[in-house]
Parts: sequence; C-alpha cells; structure tokens
Amino acid sequence: MTLRLFVARRVVVLVPTLFVVSILIFCLQQLLPGDPALALAGEEHDPAAVQAIRVKYHLDQPIPVQYGIWIGKIIMGDFGESMRSRIPVRELLASKLPVTIELAVCSMTIALVIGIPAGVLAATRPGTPIAAAANVLALSGLSVPHFWLGIMLILFFAVRLGWLPASGFVPPWEDLGRNLSTILLPSVVLGTGVAGVMMRHTRGAMRETLGADYVRTARAKSVTERMVVLKHALRNALIPVITLGAIEFGRLLSGAVLTEQIFAIPGFGKLLVDGVFNRDYAVVQGVVLVSAALYVLLNLLGDVLYFLVNPRLRSSA
Amino acid sequence: MSEASAAVALARAADVATRPSALRRLLRRPSSVVATAIVGAFIVVAVGAPRFAPLDPIATNFAAVRKAPSALHRLGTDEVGRDVLSRLIWGARASLVAGLIPVAIAVTISIPLGLVSGYAGGWVDDLIMRLTDAMLAIPFLIVAIALAAFLGPSLGNAMIAIGIATLPVFVRLARGTVLAIKTEEYIEAARALGGSPSRIAFGHVLPNMLPPLLIQSSLTVAAAIIAEASLSFLGLGQQPPAPSWGSMLNAAQRYLSQAPWMALYPGLAIFAIVVALNVLGDGLRDVLDPRHSG
Repeated sequence: MTLRLFVARRVVVLVPTLFVVSILIFCLQQLLPGDPALALAGEEHDPAAVQAIRVKYHLDQPIPVQYGIWIGKIIMGDFGESMRSRIPVRELLASKLPVTIELAVCSMTIALVIGIPAGVLAATRPGTPIAAAANVLALSGLSVPHFWLGIMLILFFAVRLGWLPASGFVPPWEDLGRNLSTILLPSVVLGTGVAGVMMRHTRGAMRETLGADYVRTARAKSVTERMVVLKHALRNALIPVITLGAIEFGRLLSGAVLTEQIFAIPGFGKLLVDGVFNRDYAVVQGVVLVSAALYVLLNLLGDVLYFLVNPRLRSSA
Repeated sequence: MSEASAAVALARAADVATRPSALRRLLRRPSSVVATAIVGAFIVVAVGAPRFAPLDPIATNFAAVRKAPSALHRLGTDEVGRDVLSRLIWGARASLVAGLIPVAIAVTISIPLGLVSGYAGGWVDDLIMRLTDAMLAIPFLIVAIALAAFLGPSLGNAMIAIGIATLPVFVRLARGTVLAIKTEEYIEAARALGGSPSRIAFGHVLPNMLPPLLIQSSLTVAAAIIAEASLSFLGLGQQPPAPSWGSMLNAAQRYLSQAPWMALYPGLAIFAIVVALNVLGDGLRDVLDPRHSG
C-alpha cells in the first residue's frame, strides 16, 4: 500500500468524525438553560431589542439551520466573537496556540528524556533497585493529580527556595531566559505524566524485542550487550513508542487545562477555563473544536509515522 | 490488537476472575494487598465520615484561621478556621460517590448501546460508532469541563459530565464483547436449540458482557476520582461549603506560603487512593490476563 492511499483511507474516516464532533459541540449550547437571546440582551428587556438579537444571531431559525449557519462560518474560519472581549475567537485561538505548543514541546522533551531511558532500564535490569525505582516513577507519574503536583512544585521551588517564578508567562521573543524559567515547572508537571506512559510502553516493547530471534542472533554473534540493547532492541522497540508520542503530544495540546490555570500560562487551557467562567460559550466551543481537530490530526500523524517506520506494514498490505 | 480480540481476552480474563485462585494469586502480591487495604480504608472512612471526623467539617472558627497542625487540629485549619482533617474525611465521601456514580452511569448506558450496536449492525452500529469516535476525539477532561460548564456547576452535574465523558470507552468495549461472544460456540448451540434472538441476547450474551465491563470499571474509578477533583478544583464540582478534595486544593492555592498544610493533605489523599486503585487495576490485569504480566 502506498503512503498516499494509506493517508487517503484515514482521512475518509477522519472527516465524518470531525463532522460528528462539530454536531456534538453545537448541541452543547442547547443544554444551556434559558433563552440565549435574553442572556445576550443583558439588562435590555425591550421585546423589540430581544427580537432584533434573535434575528441577528439566527436564533429564530430551526436548530438544523442554525447548525448549518454555524458550521458554514467555522469552515470559513469564523468562530464568532468573544461575548466578553468582543475579540474574534479566531484571533484568540491563534494568539494562544503558540504558547500551548511551546508548553507541549517542552513537556514532551522532558517526558522522552525521562521515560525512554527509564523504560530501557526497567526492561534490561528486571528485579534490580533501578528497575523498581523506574516502575515507581512511572506509577507515580500516572497517578499524581497534576494540578496538585503543580501546587507542590510552586510551594517548593517558588515559595520556599525562590528559584523559579510561581506563575506567569514571558514570550520567548521578549526574554528567552525568563520564558524558559516560567515554562519549566509546568513542563515538569505535564512531562512526568507522559513520562509514565512512555516508560511503560518502552518497557513493554523492549521486553518483546529483547526476546526476539534477531536479538538472540546478535548475541550469538557476540555483539556487545550495549550494542544489542541500543542498536537491535531499542531501535525496534521505539516504533510503537513513536506512534504513542504523537498521540500523547495531541493530548498535551489540549490536556494542559489545569496546569495552565495553576501557572497562569495564557494558552488554550486557560482560554477554555476563562471562557467557562465568563460564560463565553463561543470561546468554549472554539477551543473544544480546535482541540479535537488537533487531537485527531496528531493521531493521524502517529499512524503515518508508524506506517513510515514500519517496513512490514508497507510491504504486507 | 483489534477490539474484538481485546474483548475476548478481557472476557477470558474475567472468566478466570471468577475462580478463587485468581483472588488468591492477587493477594499473594504484597503491592496488591497494600492497595486493597488503602481502597478498603478509603471506603470505610467515606461511609463512616460522621463517626470518624473529629469536628464539624463546615463549622467556621475565625479565632483559628489557618492554624498549623496541633493536638486539636491534627492537620491544621483552613482559611475560615475549619478543621482540615474533618474536611478531608468528609471529602472522601464526595470522591467515593464521584468515583462510583459516573462509572455506574457509563456501564448502565453502555450495555444496551453495546448490545444494539453489536447485535443490530448496519446503520445503527455505524451511527453509534461514529458518535463514540467523535467523543473519543475530544480529550476526556475537556468533555467533562465543557459539559459541566454548560450544565451548570454542581457535584451532580459534574458526575453526569464525567459519566458521559467515560461513556465511549465503555460502549466500544461492550460492543466488542458482544461481537466476540456472538461467535462463541455456546451461542451457536443456543441458536441451534431454537432460542429466540432476544432470549439469546438477554439470557446468554448479556451475562457474559458484564465481567469485562467490571474490569474496565475498576480502572475508570481512579480516572473519575481525579476528574471530580479537577472539576471541583475549577469550581465546577462540589459547591462550597461542602468539602471536596478538589475544592480544598483550590482554596489552598491562595494561601500556599502561609498555610502549606491546606494544600498538602488533600493532594496526598487523592494521590494515595489513585495509586492504590491503579496498582489494584494493574494487579487484576496481571493475574487475569497473562499477556499483561510483569
């Protein structure tokens, strides 16, 4: 199967999924109690004014028509405007996305640096204290409530030791050093969770490859153990881990809600929470929709990477 | 691994679960014993909160605001002088309820949907699968936050939101199990004996669907507890003054330098119960499913 055919097949599934996602997100606003026109009118109770709002926002139309108008605008890149700030939601999303991407990249780097070596050690030295420590680290990373870990890190590194700022964000083009110091703690918080997942998958994949015939052959040819582990076993074990990495990256882009809130990082997550508290539903819908789209696209990227690095998949199909 | 084969494995695993030897093997692992003890203690504390809490969890005392741990207040007091230990004990209730009810909601809804989807096939199956695909495309916590936001903040709505957010995983598992069970020999035998489709569905398929769903439930409770704490932390779950570990952490964040104990204990409690549930879940899977051993 060619890469093009593979991607085409996946996109055929992806489009209806995103279509249903958009319907679900549109339906969310139907859950809101009360008449949205009245809410938009605020103090204004003049029936003519309320009716004007109803016509302006197409609230007088049947729900499927309202959906059609809404999705049509979104496809054209118009996500509506924030009811609070009157800024177009598209601009808000565009300004927050780079911050969240930077946070996700830093978190992923930490996750890879901790997770993969820990997984290799746990697989190659079973029963040793090192393996036990790696296992405990993975379990803790998976179980700790991230928002609490964030609070504890602020308490220790910012309040007690005063080494790092407790919260806030400085863009990298203003001051790279301060940017990294503001992004370090939240990246550690998010990175530890992903490191746990990475470690477990690396450990599982390494155990499988270490038991494979080609590893036994390499050992029989008296290849050094270091070369066996790094060149033969790890290279093949990394194939599923790469896919997982892409999926986890998608999760990081949208899953940093509480971490961004705690560290006051002005990214996607904080935009979502602020939208929730301001009852700014256009913003909430925009964030959820874009998060879902990014997540789906990164899943696709994970599959493509898996396809590219796995020669068996290419030749067999 | 395909969904159907995963479901078969889970069904087999659950079948082994019903034998006493699996439980004995589980309890032979020290980590599982400790985890079981922690989960047991958590349930006892949550159920017996009125008996265990030394003080009223919502009684304010402005003469004892943010007092460090002492003989009277073992874990200190919060920003309005409430006893942290008592709030922690009562907060276990919110966590227990929020861990169990969303999972119960998800299991209850997923069984009929899974049966219909796996049995009817065709456009019904397609529709249900596209819906679960779409829900799985939105990250779990975002679904829960968005739903809780649109439904309005309360513990009840938070549980509904978490229940709906966990639903797609259960529907897919239920459907996969139905598809796997449909091909089993005893179903063919029942059909050969002239059993009606509804009799086969309810008499044979349904009882065999439950074990894998129960295993998934045990793993999802931990995620639901963290989700409730997260929603309460954001102010979308348990409303003040009722105690919840998440809302306690929210208040604690404002007094980190003056009263660090307010932040330490609720988080440790969540961490402990989630680690215990995860260790127990891992242990169960290892004991029941040889492919996951290690």
